[in-house]
Amino acid sequence: MEKMSRVTTALGGSALTGRTMHCHLDAPANAISVCRDAAQVVVAGRSIFKIYAIEEEQFVEKLNLRVGRKPSLNLSCADVVWHQMDENLLATAATNGVVVTWNLGRPSRNKQDQLFTEHKRTVNKVCFHPTEAHVLLSGSQDGFMKCFDLRRKDSVSTFSGQSESVRDVQFSIRDYFTFASTFENGNVQLWDIRRPDRCERMFTAHNGPVFCCDWHPEDRGWLATGGRDKMVKVWDMTTPRAKEMHCVQTIASVARVKWRPECRHHLATCSMMVDHNIYVWDVRRPFVPAAMFEEHRDVTTGIAWRHPHDPCFLLSGSKDSTLCQHLFRDASQPVERANPEGLCYGLFGDVAFAAKDSLVAAESGRKPYAGDRRHPIFFKRKLDPAEPFSGLASSALSVFETEPGGGSMSWFVDTAERYALAGRPLAELCDHNAKVARELGRNQVAQTWTMLRIIYCSPGLVSSASLNHSVGKGSSCGLPLINSFNLKDMTPGLGSETRLDRSKGDTRSDTVLLDSSATLITNEDNEETEGSDVPADYLLGDVEGEEDELYPLDPEHVHPEEPEYVLPQEAFPLRHEILDTPSGPEHLQDKADSPHVSGSEADAASLAPVDSFSLLSISHALYDSRLPSDFFSVLVCDMLRFYAEQGDVQMAVSVLIVLGERVRKDIDEQTQEHWYTSYIDLLQRFCLWNVSNEVVKLSTSRAVSCLNQASTTLHVNCSHCKRPMSSRGWVCDRWGSGG
Amino acid sequence: MAEGENEVRWDGLCSRDSTTRETAMENIRQIILRKTEYLRSVKETPYRPSEDGPLNAVSLDGLNKLLARLLMLSKRCPFKDVREKSEFILKSVQELGIRIPRPLGHGPSRFIPEKEILQVGSEDAQMHALFADSFAALGRLDNITLVMVFHPQYLESFLKTQHYLLQMDGPLPLHYRHYIGIMAAARHQCSYLVNLHVNDFLHVGGDPKWLNGLENAPQKLQNLGELNKVLAHRPWLITKEHIEGLLKAEEHSWSLAELVHAVVLLTHYHSLASFTFGCGISPEIHCDGGHTFRPPSVSNYCICDITNGNHNVDEMQVNSAGNISVSDSFFEVEALMEKMRQLQECKDEEEASQEEMASRFEIEKRESMCAFSSDDEEVTPARDVSRHFEDTSYGYKDFSRHGMHVPTFRVQDYCWEDHGYSLVNRLYPDVGQLIDEKFHIAYNLTYNTMAMHKDVDTSMLRRAIWNYIHCMFGIRYDDYDYGEINQLLDRSFKVYIKTVVCTPEKVTKRMYDSFWRQFKHSEKVHVNLLLIEARMQAELLYALRAITRYMT
Repeated sequence: MEKMSRVTTALGGSALTGRTMHCHLDAPANAISVCRDAAQVVVAGRSIFKIYAIEEEQFVEKLNLRVGRKPSLNLSCADVVWHQMDENLLATAATNGVVVTWNLGRPSRNKQDQLFTEHKRTVNKVCFHPTEAHVLLSGSQDGFMKCFDLRRKDSVSTFSGQSESVRDVQFSIRDYFTFASTFENGNVQLWDIRRPDRCERMFTAHNGPVFCCDWHPEDRGWLATGGRDKMVKVWDMTTPRAKEMHCVQTIASVARVKWRPECRHHLATCSMMVDHNIYVWDVRRPFVPAAMFEEHRDVTTGIAWRHPHDPCFLLSGSKDSTLCQHLFRDASQPVERANPEGLCYGLFGDVAFAAKDSLVAAESGRKPYAGDRRHPIFFKRKLDPAEPFSGLASSALSVFETEPGGGSMSWFVDTAERYALAGRPLAELCDHNAKVARELGRNQVAQTWTMLRIIYCSPGLVSSASLNHSVGKGSSCGLPLINSFNLKDMTPGLGSETRLDRSKGDTRSDTVLLDSSATLITNEDNEETEGSDVPADYLLGDVEGEEDELYPLDPEHVHPEEPEYVLPQEAFPLRHEILDTPSGPEHLQDKADSPHVSGSEADAASLAPVDSFSLLSISHALYDSRLPSDFFSVLVCDMLRFYAEQGDVQMAVSVLIVLGERVRKDIDEQTQEHWYTSYIDLLQRFCLWNVSNEVVKLSTSRAVSCLNQASTTLHVNCSHCKRPMSSRGWVCDRWGSGG
Repeated sequence: MAEGENEVRWDGLCSRDSTTRETAMENIRQIILRKTEYLRSVKETPYRPSEDGPLNAVSLDGLNKLLARLLMLSKRCPFKDVREKSEFILKSVQELGIRIPRPLGHGPSRFIPEKEILQVGSEDAQMHALFADSFAALGRLDNITLVMVFHPQYLESFLKTQHYLLQMDGPLPLHYRHYIGIMAAARHQCSYLVNLHVNDFLHVGGDPKWLNGLENAPQKLQNLGELNKVLAHRPWLITKEHIEGLLKAEEHSWSLAELVHAVVLLTHYHSLASFTFGCGISPEIHCDGGHTFRPPSVSNYCICDITNGNHNVDEMQVNSAGNISVSDSFFEVEALMEKMRQLQECKDEEEASQEEMASRFEIEKRESMCAFSSDDEEVTPARDVSRHFEDTSYGYKDFSRHGMHVPTFRVQDYCWEDHGYSLVNRLYPDVGQLIDEKFHIAYNLTYNTMAMHKDVDTSMLRRAIWNYIHCMFGIRYDDYDYGEINQLLDRSFKVYIKTVVCTPEKVTKRMYDSFWRQFKHSEKVHVNLLLIEARMQAELLYALRAITRYMT
């Protein structure tokens, strides 16, 4: 290929070698430039101006150009450039407005060649003509660009940008007479070097200053610009109107931009503030950098590709006083770390799923859900046309909708609104929340609250009625009960009470009746432990009568597919939310009202939702004298994790808040933060702003409590006319003071 | 009588809809008349039990406040209907035998004769829109606005920024914002701003206890006191340790966003205090010292009027001074223009050496501290605002005089456009943009006039003023020849600049009058705009650099 041959000729037949390395400079660097032999680099800054040789293993200082008695502002460099034709020729732009050229061929120690003092303000940029040996261009804060012929003492021509500061000037690589300049006011101008009277073309490229630009080395007329507005834009200048072809959004203002050699769509950027990394972007993929170099500890001020035809070596200088050589193969690649699949739940249980085409294609061969009648949810799969990322992996987006009404989340909303999280003694909070849960038919949750109360509150508070009720029976199994926690170790997939109760054998069916959701999820455990003769069938039969389309007929089919839908904690497993709600209330009522079901059991009373504390209350009498509540904190934490994993972050967070210090220390910060943010996100989706704010307020996680400190504005709309209330007070303009 | 039904609502008056205003005005009228009637009945009853005494005083005080506010409206509301109606109500109250207030002083500024300042009601459409905006946002048209309206383009940007800082989306709660404003203004003993913001602070539900002193405010705000102090007087001493101390203070810590908001507010109010003193802003009509209930009889004329307002006597002085020195000051302007022309021309010929340039900066920096006025008039009697700041002795100190070495701050290494802006915009979105615009407008504002001359390029002069202020703060521009400052700014001007920027509370009318005698008042206000923006930027640069250093 033509390209290949040029590379080898340019490199003189030998490829560049080296490694990622850095060397310490004495002072912060402002700019760097590479010699065309790719073996030397010049670093310039306010108080540094040195040439380093790039060797295999290290940088070696070759020459210090800052000579002379006293430091002069002429040496305080804002920019430096090495001529690409002449290895002996350099130019610097000084902060005091002087343009200096340097001739390394001079025999004396002082290599300074010429001094141009024509600019009145700081010179921001200097640029040599790519092919002409004697032509130098400068752009200054005073709004002028000047073209110098190094054979003469003065500038040849002056270009007035008719604006304040010029931030960058760059000769076009392809068009002999053209150069581009960028301005503080967001404009980019195109000039013909022969026509200083006015620019050929001008357009506004950015909002705010355009700090840098770079012509594409191959594609004629492609210009990349970077600005304070954090954007990198690629313009096609060949068309009559400059056309924006690509736009990359970075996270900080863009100080430098440099096209990557031999990679048509790649460019490197660094930032002026806050962000210290160097990014290499594929402009067609504007959201994730293709590569990232994280070596610098302060902002990167200069970047340069080591050789115009080698895409692997990048050099950089930084305010942290280091000079670095980065090897592309050592770069971190955020793309690799990014999760290539995206999944999101809608408010009503719809699922959107995006993944690589290949992945989706492979999966769809199995086609497990679409049209499967036995499946809980009716899924429709819509394939949106994926955005073509030519050359990159394309992806497909699938949207799955639930049948209307299938994914009611009213239990979530009710629970969120009615829970009490603070402001009362722990025992009352637990009781209250247990009551709420019970009334919503979430008995497993209710029991958990009751247990928490028993574990953490003094025994005197437990109502004697429930004690009397259960102690008589439970005394024999109280200790085993505790043991059962330890023994079984709460493997995920099973609610604590469920397992507990089962260990007692005779209470199994109660559990099933109480916790329909838990049972559904875990009925495979039932089979493996005790044989699921009654519960599963019974339960499913019950539900089927009402909404048979929505519920699995056969529990065995549920599990193999579960991994498809089970999410990390932040979203809801659909199964849980759907099964829980519709079945819960009816179930409970059904059971409570039909003595022939529960009456046969000795523990019937534990089903009654109102005033009993269920079987577990027995345990407290046994342990309270011997065991500190710390003893349980591991268990409680496991329980929280269990809920979170089930998708019920609500429970996890609520318990976390209610118990406060008692458990907080046992769960790592990050997990807590994760739960909090998930829960808050959910609350906000349901417009439960008050609850969400309360949660934010009560959270102890630093990152979370910051959430309500970013803004203090409350936007209010009039309840009559729905218009925002602009004026002060609670009076709508339209409805007058009567409103 | 129940206070509830007599609660006066002023917000209706801010509406742009005239019928809304009319209803609101009518309500106010009724309440005031009711109160008046009540007072009258109390008065006329010959014998009252003694306990009614204080009650009576309280309700009289309440009524007086209302009347003062009405007086303000009758003079300063941009809406004609409100002005007229307010006046009408005042008249009718007076007819009922109640004493009504009258404004003290002569207009919004003590330095600028009232006739030079735009009268409310005679503004053009653009200004009217500005006034209406300002009135809608604040419920008043303050004296600062009335003076700034000499430069409507700037005023618009100023009001937009201030409105955003105080009332729009931001990390700090509203009462914190006003309290920070009070803290900042109190550093310069600027009772004008303190009064305004005390009212606002209470209006947005601030706890009145906090006003008894910083030690009554939450610990978090107390922590800000140190930064306030350093920022106001010696911003070059701010280090990242200051920032760290604020951000890591257990439960009293500031978040970065809050801190940036606070810093912007502090610098805004420090500079605004400079403007207030620099232009001699008078107290608002409805605030203490802005009005009196005493009839304008000659006998008890003097005291309050002389301390509070400019006076015929004063004005005569000005005029006579002006007349006598017309020829003098004419030459001043001529000489200044000649110098500017020379500098422009000889720029390219004679190049000073590097050492020369560096020493010029140092000289200017050193001299800037000697530029204090010789007449060290003692400051006004201690006001009650002093309670807001500890350590009054901590004022602006010149670096060299105190022997501490302060490294020069180089703009080329950390400037607003490249660095400060990005940081502010990152932590407090949109505000960076607003402040940036404001700096821009202030720096580039020109009408190409100088005193009686037209078509003058004043950029050199404006740059000299700007850089001189930054020079006082140790901020150096590599590409500026500080010799120019000496050529362009004469001593009395330097004294004025220095005083306004560093110790605004010491500005006197004499200082204001004695610089640039031939220039128009609008030009002097223009100078003030440059001063306050340059000061704000200097403080911001130091604070933001410290934050940046903390972050890296």
